[in-house]
Amino acid sequence: MALLQLSEPGQSTAPHEHRLAVGIDLGTTNSLVATVRSGMAVVVNDELGRSLLPSVVRYSAAGPIEVGFSAQSHQSADPKNTIVSVKRFMGRALKDIAHIESMPYDFIEAEGMIKLKTAQGVKNPVEVSADILKAMRERAELALGGALTGAVITVPAYFDDAQRQATKDAARLAGLSVLRLLNEPTAAAIAYGLDNAAEGIYAVYDLGGGTFDISILKLSKGVFQVLSTGGDSALGGDDFDHRVFCWVGEQAQLSPVSLGDARLLQMRAREAKEFLTQHGEAPITAKLSTGEFVDLKLTSEIFAEITRTLVQKTLGPTKKALRDAGLTPEDIKGVVMVGGATRMPQVQHAVEAFFGKEPLNNLDPDKVVALGAAIQANLLAGNRASGDDWLLLDVIPLSLGIETMGGLVEKIIPRNSTIPVARAQEFTTFKDGQTALALQVVQGERELVSDCRSLARFELRGIPPMVAGAARIRVTFQVDADGLLSVTAREQTTGHEARVEVKPSYGLNDDEVTSMLKDGYTHASDDAFRRALREAQVEAQRLVEAVQSALKEDAHLLSTLERAHIDSCLSKLQSVLLGDDRRAIDAGLDALSKGTAEFAARRMNQGVRRALAGRKVDEVNL
Amino acid sequence: MSSFDSEALRQDFFSLFGLPRQQGLDVDRLEQLYRDIQAKVHPDKHAYLSDSEKRLAMQWSTHVNEAYQTLKDPLKRARYLLKLAGHDVRLETNTAMPTEFLVEQMELREAVIDARDAGDADALDVLHRRLKKDIRAEYTLLQQTFDANMLERAGELVRQLMFQEKLIQEVDDALEVIER
Repeated sequence: MALLQLSEPGQSTAPHEHRLAVGIDLGTTNSLVATVRSGMAVVVNDELGRSLLPSVVRYSAAGPIEVGFSAQSHQSADPKNTIVSVKRFMGRALKDIAHIESMPYDFIEAEGMIKLKTAQGVKNPVEVSADILKAMRERAELALGGALTGAVITVPAYFDDAQRQATKDAARLAGLSVLRLLNEPTAAAIAYGLDNAAEGIYAVYDLGGGTFDISILKLSKGVFQVLSTGGDSALGGDDFDHRVFCWVGEQAQLSPVSLGDARLLQMRAREAKEFLTQHGEAPITAKLSTGEFVDLKLTSEIFAEITRTLVQKTLGPTKKALRDAGLTPEDIKGVVMVGGATRMPQVQHAVEAFFGKEPLNNLDPDKVVALGAAIQANLLAGNRASGDDWLLLDVIPLSLGIETMGGLVEKIIPRNSTIPVARAQEFTTFKDGQTALALQVVQGERELVSDCRSLARFELRGIPPMVAGAARIRVTFQVDADGLLSVTAREQTTGHEARVEVKPSYGLNDDEVTSMLKDGYTHASDDAFRRALREAQVEAQRLVEAVQSALKEDAHLLSTLERAHIDSCLSKLQSVLLGDDRRAIDAGLDALSKGTAEFAARRMNQGVRRALAGRKVDEVNL
Repeated sequence: MSSFDSEALRQDFFSLFGLPRQQGLDVDRLEQLYRDIQAKVHPDKHAYLSDSEKRLAMQWSTHVNEAYQTLKDPLKRARYLLKLAGHDVRLETNTAMPTEFLVEQMELREAVIDARDAGDADALDVLHRRLKKDIRAEYTLLQQTFDANMLERAGELVRQLMFQEKLIQEVDDALEVIER
């Protein structure tokens, strides 16, 4: 373990100290990890120099958990235990998943998210994703030579709350501290914007393995402002493979095939798709377990024809996103292409025809998301150099609403609201002495609850008994900068804080996550203990540095007494910071955090005043 | 949460941005001020700090977003101005509108329904432009009404505009269905 450097109170730590932060593109098909080294965003390769990690995990009866290429090589031999494209299952129930009949897994329909039966027991998609993230973390820590301070994980912009929460849970399970969940198209825009110093309005067309996202962004003077976003969370490159797979089945007149054969043909379909990017036709040959031979030729014309509707399907959300932003295709200065599936010529042509300009392809569409995430992670970790101090303003992709009488949805936060965002709504009781109230929160654009995705059922308990209609319960729905929802409630007339119980309709509740974390600990309790201690130390060090630099800048905001209190909290934390008493570190952290809360509030006020004052001097310079 | 309830977060949205309390507003300037303040308070600027600071940043950033969204949109701005002036628009109870306006709106609505049922995107497009023009003129009138401090009349115009904005939204929704 690296020793932490200490400095005297009030003295700032060395400015060149670099916190290890990474961006992770947790993709449907492949995953990548990137970091910023000497000011440049680079993808971290594995020991064989490969940048992509196939998002494949194998839970075989005998061996350890395999992730990546070795797992992928067992795809057709061991389809049941080899999980591919797990991203499609995140925060999803059985009924949500397309083409389920052609998947080789033993699904278990569980309350909330589906689970998969493997030779190593029942796994939920969060655990499978955590194994991929763990492999990414280990790769990065090996290459960078230390524990990571934090990570930015990318998610499709169109991911709903359940899918985002599942991703964050997976990161926690993998031992990663999440600095931010970042929307994939936004990450791509960061990578492009900083490379090309672009100004203007851009569209990011992101066709990944399993999801399609379109985002409209305005880039100007160091601000990336997402104007609107749209997409289809169940449309991607895999669907193109599936069309080819079906075409092969028809052409070769195959009777229903075994799981292993299906996997084999799907792989051949994917290879053919990739081959057609550079060639006019692709051979598809396979020898099935039944002894049948498949020997076909797929031309790019046929391929374009059988996938035409898929390409068309991306243009609907594109039009909608433009309309939400109040723009037309002519307003777009450039179209950034992201995701391996955008390599398909028919996709490039369709985008060019729609926007009337050639799309931008100068960054590798497979890497651009991870690179952008790394740049954002570097900034969030506090490794900022002068000149790269930009701001990102992102939006919530889908409207949040609550169920009202008759199964109708009342929107509380409309889609494309800039986050963080909060909305408060008042409710009352309809029975005398009523002490509880239930709220159904949904996400989606339709008017009927049954057409939207149910996010959670919130039960407010502990409302003081009053006559019907007298209670005024103010419920606040807060969406944070990760796009995640939290709910608080307060009875207004008595100021009583109502207890909120959340029953997520999809995803895992907190208890389940806690128990998964515990399971992980019992397997390697010693390791987990050291890890937790290390995390507390890193957190403490981070706070000490932050407070020191705040004191250096703004000590004038404090009275002598206040200053003395902060200094004493500071030295107390510093004295235990290097020890192995985690409880003492936590207590010190808590005390310093509380002791500086008011200071932080004053600094924030001062920042706002200065921002306004700066403007006035600039513009009202009489 | 004492700091969140501090005076800074309770001041009205115009004061937050240091702008005069009126309907006429330079939207570009508002946007610039908004970006400058977000650059100070946004959670991303505090991601490596303590949890309490992160929470504070989220509250500030949320507040600034709400203030910006309210002032940016002329209809929301007008409603907010009326609220600040203590003038109740009585949206739910007061539905009285000039007969002429109502007749015109009903005709427009019928045209929208016909075009939607016929799947006629071109007709919807024409209606969209027509409505947009009407609405723009109405906003100019609204600003003049505020400047003359005729709040009762401003309230009427706000009610009419909500009607019109809802209709143009229906046109856009219909267009979306056709294009899907």
